[in-house]
Amino acid sequence: MNGKTPNVGIVIVSHSPLIARGTADMVRQMAGDSVPLAWSGGNRHGELGTDAGGILKAIEEAWSEAGVAVFVDLGGAETNSEMAIEMLGPPRSKKVSICNAPVVEGAVIAAAEASGGAPLSRVVATAEELSPR
Amino acid sequence: MQAEPVLVAGLIEACRATIAANSDHLCGLDRAIGDGDHGTNMRRGCEAVSAEEAFVSLLPLPDALEKIGLTLVMNIGGAAGPLYGTLLMEIGRELRALDDKQDFPSALKQAIDAVARRGRSHAGDKTLLDVLYPVHDALAHRLPLTDIARQAALSAELTAAMKAMRGRAAYLGDRSIGHVDPGASSCALLTAAICRYLEEYRPV
Repeated sequence: MNGKTPNVGIVIVSHSPLIARGTADMVRQMAGDSVPLAWSGGNRHGELGTDAGGILKAIEEAWSEAGVAVFVDLGGAETNSEMAIEMLGPPRSKKVSICNAPVVEGAVIAAAEASGGAPLSRVVATAEELSPR
Repeated sequence: MQAEPVLVAGLIEACRATIAANSDHLCGLDRAIGDGDHGTNMRRGCEAVSAEEAFVSLLPLPDALEKIGLTLVMNIGGAAGPLYGTLLMEIGRELRALDDKQDFPSALKQAIDAVARRGRSHAGDKTLLDVLYPVHDALAHRLPLTDIARQAALSAELTAAMKAMRGRAAYLGDRSIGHVDPGASSCALLTAAICRYLEEYRPV
């Protein structure tokens, strides 16, 4: 599906491969193939953890010229996602946003928004409405 | 800027050895206020660097540091990866950009500030910064290597009194008080190993 739609891509990052994959399944059920989607869960040994290299790969898999919204669970997921975005490098890094939103609800709502062709800023804003200010 | 390959290889081995010897201890500290994998993660990062030792030690120092930093990012597999990785990569970049190649303390300071930005942390937040800043201070004042190592160990111990503001430990709030921060502890161990090696390599 990648590159076939102009819609914003979604990346799920969790310390748990099961959570990342399960969330991606829910997003896929909601948005079908209309949004590029990828996940990275666990460290490179398949244990609980996060992996900057794996996240970078997921961002590239879900790449869209419209940008990519990244959903993260706990601290290391965010820090490693920031590192992955930096490794992606400009100009693409400017089109990737980490959303301050709950992983499951945020990703599903973002995908619904993205599937309608919304720009990255609106996809991110819609997901972030879920977070307490 | 070319460091002696033997020096770089020796430092890599000194760091690997101290982390391997203290891996269980670091996991124990992390179990108290985090997810319990800091020792394992650091050991894997150091082992990955060791595996590249022969190649890395032949690079100009800034390139070697950047490469080591990237390897740490890719292999530590937790928040410590981007933090230690940023530290090494930025020291490399700063050394490359410096006019006065001898001004290591200034390169270190810039790199520590980059780590602080990466972690959105400050001194006193109970992180590795609480060791890095004092180590920089000791270095900038040209203290002897043994004093720098002692300062690092003391600074790590002082994190016990702090309340964690970042990372998993922050979820514990006041209950994080009384425990030494695992990241600060690994940082002090690495500092001590580096100081010890340099002391033996080039007796002052």
